Amino acid sequence: MSDFPFLVAMIAVPAVGAAAVAALPKGRELLAKQLALGVSLVVLVLAVLAAVAFDTGGDRFQLTTSVAWIPDFGVDFALGVDGIALVMLLLVGLLVPLVIGASWEDGAPGADTVREAGTEARSMRFFFAWLLLLEAFMVGVFAATDVFLFYVFFEAMLVPMYFLIGSFGGPRRQYAAVKFFLYSLVGGLIMLAAVIGLYVVSTSELGEGTFAFDALRELDIDPGVQKLLFLGFFVAFAIKAPLVPLHTWLPDSAAEAPIGGAVLLVGILDKVGTFGFLRYCLPLFPDASRYFAPMVLVLAVVGVLYAALLAMGQSDMKRLVAYTSISHFGFIALGIFAFTTEAATGAVLYMVNHGIATGLLFLVVGMLIARGGSRQIGDYGGVAAQAPKLAAVFLVAGLASLALPGTNSFVSEFLVLIGSFPERPVYAIVATAGIVLAALYILLMYQRTMHGPARGVVAPLAGDGPAGPAGTADEPGGASATAVLTAPARTAVRFVDLSRREIAVVAPLVVLILVLGVQPQPLLDIIEPAVTATLSDLGATR
Amino acid sequence: METVLPAEGLLGWSWLLIALPLAGAAVLLLGGRRTDRWGHLLGTATVAGAFLLAVLCTVRLADVEGRSVDVDLFTFISTGELDVRAGLLYDPLSAVFALLITGVGSLIHVYSIGYMAHDPARRRFFAYLNLFVAAMLLLVLGNSFVALYVGWEGVGLASYLLIAFWYTRPSAATAAKKAFIMNRVGDVGLALAIFVMFAQLGTTSYAGVFGSVGTLAGGTLTAIGLLLLLGACGKSGQFPLQAWLPDAMEGPTPVSALIHAATMVTAGVYLIARSAPIYDETPTARTVVLAVGAVTLLIGAIAGCAFDDIKKVLAYSTVSQIGYMFLAVGLGPAGYVAGLAHLLTHGFFKAGLFLGAGSVMHAMDDSVDMRRFGGLARKLPVTFVTFGLGYLALIGFPFLSGFYTKDAIIEAALDRDDAWGWILGGVAVLGAGLTAFYMTRLMLMTFFGRARWEPGVHPHESPSVMTVPMVVLSLGSIGAGFLLVKAFPLADWLEPVFGEEHEAAHVVAPLTVGLVVTGVMLVGVLAAWLFVGRREVPVTAPVRVSPVTRAARNALYADTINESLVMRPGQWLTRALVWVDNRGVDGAVNGLAAGLGGSSSRLGRTQTGFVRTYALSMLGGAVLVAGALLAVTSG
Amino acid sequence: MTLTYYLVLAAILFTIGAVGVLVRRNAIVVFMCIELMLNSVNLTLVTFARATGTVDGQIMAFFVMVVAAAEVVVGLAIIMSIYRTRRSASVDDANLLKY
Repeated sequence: MSDFPFLVAMIAVPAVGAAAVAALPKGRELLAKQLALGVSLVVLVLAVLAAVAFDTGGDRFQLTTSVAWIPDFGVDFALGVDGIALVMLLLVGLLVPLVIGASWEDGAPGADTVREAGTEARSMRFFFAWLLLLEAFMVGVFAATDVFLFYVFFEAMLVPMYFLIGSFGGPRRQYAAVKFFLYSLVGGLIMLAAVIGLYVVSTSELGEGTFAFDALRELDIDPGVQKLLFLGFFVAFAIKAPLVPLHTWLPDSAAEAPIGGAVLLVGILDKVGTFGFLRYCLPLFPDASRYFAPMVLVLAVVGVLYAALLAMGQSDMKRLVAYTSISHFGFIALGIFAFTTEAATGAVLYMVNHGIATGLLFLVVGMLIARGGSRQIGDYGGVAAQAPKLAAVFLVAGLASLALPGTNSFVSEFLVLIGSFPERPVYAIVATAGIVLAALYILLMYQRTMHGPARGVVAPLAGDGPAGPAGTADEPGGASATAVLTAPARTAVRFVDLSRREIAVVAPLVVLILVLGVQPQPLLDIIEPAVTATLSDLGATR
Repeated sequence: METVLPAEGLLGWSWLLIALPLAGAAVLLLGGRRTDRWGHLLGTATVAGAFLLAVLCTVRLADVEGRSVDVDLFTFISTGELDVRAGLLYDPLSAVFALLITGVGSLIHVYSIGYMAHDPARRRFFAYLNLFVAAMLLLVLGNSFVALYVGWEGVGLASYLLIAFWYTRPSAATAAKKAFIMNRVGDVGLALAIFVMFAQLGTTSYAGVFGSVGTLAGGTLTAIGLLLLLGACGKSGQFPLQAWLPDAMEGPTPVSALIHAATMVTAGVYLIARSAPIYDETPTARTVVLAVGAVTLLIGAIAGCAFDDIKKVLAYSTVSQIGYMFLAVGLGPAGYVAGLAHLLTHGFFKAGLFLGAGSVMHAMDDSVDMRRFGGLARKLPVTFVTFGLGYLALIGFPFLSGFYTKDAIIEAALDRDDAWGWILGGVAVLGAGLTAFYMTRLMLMTFFGRARWEPGVHPHESPSVMTVPMVVLSLGSIGAGFLLVKAFPLADWLEPVFGEEHEAAHVVAPLTVGLVVTGVMLVGVLAAWLFVGRREVPVTAPVRVSPVTRAARNALYADTINESLVMRPGQWLTRALVWVDNRGVDGAVNGLAAGLGGSSSRLGRTQTGFVRTYALSMLGGAVLVAGALLAVTSG
Repeated sequence: MTLTYYLVLAAILFTIGAVGVLVRRNAIVVFMCIELMLNSVNLTLVTFARATGTVDGQIMAFFVMVVAAAEVVVGLAIIMSIYRTRRSASVDDANLLKY
């Protein structure tokens, strides 16, 4: 069973699926959706089987495949997963089918959803094809054990995401897509320079150049060179993660992306940055990592508070969620660069949990926007009375986002903080203050949209008082200075509760939030050996 | 700490205490409208079942050697050096709390069946109440600080959900949010305390931490003590985090009774009592506990004198009474038992008072304005009697429960036999006088005098499903103090937790203390009669009042201070940062992009299209290259 | 025999050609000036070939002539078509190739 090339299959199946979906004749939208869903479910099954085949006590990299690709430059098509990559693959496998389910009725003519201003119905065939292609690349980026191959997948991911944002996004999608692309490309090019530098170093040390991770890990690089190479990788990952102050592309991209794209963008794509810290920065450049750790920690902790405060100041729900993610990425970076097993394990778990919790938050926000047709918090009010299930799921997602005990995020945030405290008490204390801000931004949004009387785009039930005029209900402190296009005044609608399809989409995430909140140990058992190996590469004390 | 035996037999099943209400909540929340018809019964049954189980477990516990068992459940988080096991500690202290929570909880569930009968969302209400009971039991039964923290935030969530139960009212939604946020501020303290414990001791379990308290440096212990106190202040509405508790009265009245009077808000007292081994080693932190208790006691009592909202008066009374408990546990071994005894009796009479207030509101069409009450004694006889007994117990009328427990605290304070002792004792006695004043004022305005009812209000006594719990609680108000202090001393029962009973020094003879306190109490009652009972109560509150009254009406400006020190600067900071992010950080990026674009179009201007220009630049380039070659080869 | 005379002549011819390219507007004249520059280079090549006694320079000169011939064909054709569309052979009139 473990000889089966799971990783190759997990790349090939969605890639072929993407081609097949794109090749379907025009007008076969339903078939395209069904095919895409089927393919993504196959990948999910493969991911689960791979996890079963993975031996937590075994080698560092398992399920390996290696084929010479460009022999002249020592480039191999080499795949393999450690515990960290494996949990990320599980997350990829989980989120893509849910995203497809959530996007099921996007673009369907005559769907009883209100379309956000500035978006128009588009051929959903290509949407799903891009999604599947993105999935293939995402699997590749986590599974690559060859630095060059990693770089190729890292850059390739931009293309489908560019089209997902640029073709299927909101009113300012062109701006957002170009910004996203340029930002990532700049980081990618800097990383390319560092990748080539790494090759040069390996040539001079080993006599023969290589890109294989395991060989590069053994190199003994001069500290000065290490610092340069570290920065090359770090900038690319810090843009991708994103760390403050390289974050401003994310709110734009996440806000303009279609909900499915936003979920994958924040849930998985951004994790490549933090994954890269752990996989490449720490083991390859241990001296430089220790040298730069205080700087990264400052960025991380500043990011936690700064982004949380900004989240409070947003009036656009999708931007708000994007800023909460930036704040959470600060926690993850803190956990990684604290250099303790507990904190780094917590950080990896955080990556998974954040994908689940923020993914759910984005999905619910998307369902809200699909009903109300506006992204502005001020346009909503009193939704809980009309759509209690929607409100309940919103609350669960929000509570997971603010890391309430009993939800999955608590375990990871707790581990990050308790693990970094012994080594870096000041940073940990400052970051802990972030949990108050987390409660504030989530509950402010929840209260303004769900509680109170119906207003804005929410039509009052019979017997309630008249709703305020749509779009005029401005909250103090809720005005964002950005020129977010406000939806034209819309007619208020009655909010219907979650449909069966929507329940099917959110239910797995809600269940995972609660189950992983009580029983995180199975995941921790997968993650910890990989984290220990990474930290021993670094020569960390604990 | 005594060695703790692993649980066997019935006590091994004590996790069912938490599981039962949790399962109830899950069924009610997931079952949807299908469970509307019997949901309230299920909710009540699970809590009542938990109460029975708690009684059986406690009886069983009495026979266990050392009266303390450890119920190990499963590995919660284990990575690196951190090993958190989910487990329960059933010992006399947690048993007392489990009994209080499930006992009072059952009564309030029963009461709620009547109180919420006409609310379309009654099922949801019972689900949240069950959730609360489960989280609260986890808080007191957990065997580590992490388990306590999980329960701690769990009750915070339940409190949030229940305060915001009528969420279409903006005031309720805001109050719920405020409660959650202020609790979170306290939670940061608790979390940091746990981090320090792990960093210093490598463990978070009670056994591990308390077992090696002696190895810690004094400064570390003080830090832990103060951080725990911050957590306790947040949850218990103590100074400086007291402002959320009165607002929390936006929730349905049974919630105020259960969560914001009898159980959740006393969690801070539990935390400090549970952490006694830590506080025993750090006099500094303990002194701060004392100060917090004393200050809060007075703030609560003063604010309680000025409000016209019956629930807010009771809420400030709660703040004040928990101040007494903090004062007691801050005294150390001399005060732990006294504080816990007061906590238990307070649980009875304050829950009873809130249920009574709920009954009054029920009769008065949900009005809470005492200025529109009056003369209700005849209309609501059962409510009047039970409420009156609770009132007498609260003000410390001789031989009712508050009398015993409050006197014990004052005695313990005076037993310090130093200047602090006299100050604290004086504050506590003054507080007793103020308590008598505001409670008498409440009684007079509500039950006596002329009826000042709103037109169209026809008071009627509540149904028996509501009055029976009130009667039971009033019985507790009468007898609990005597039972806990004299008949079955709580001190003996808690001995395995706090050690040998502290030999009271009796600096001032107990009889003298009792007489003085009773005397001050009578002065308070008399003053209330002079100021309120003697004259006609105006229907609207007088506007021209002294600065003292105005300050008290504003709860000593706690909200104003919070707003001007935290909220407004925070909003300002947020707005400033949004501007910085858009104009500064993003502006720099966009500026860079615009700069690149601009310079490239400016460079493009050099491409004139004239062949001559191109030829000239080629020539110039060629000359430059030739010159460079010459310079290199000749130089 | 000395190289100097030939090289000076070549330099003079090249300069005349270069100045002609820069200052004249008629495309035909510009074209002829370019030919002049090419031929000055040819002269230099042949001169050096003669001085060193090898044939490399002469071969190079042939290459230049062949390329120049090809260039004349293409260049004149372009000039012709420009003249046809614009009724002018001035290079300043053909300035569309810009930003």
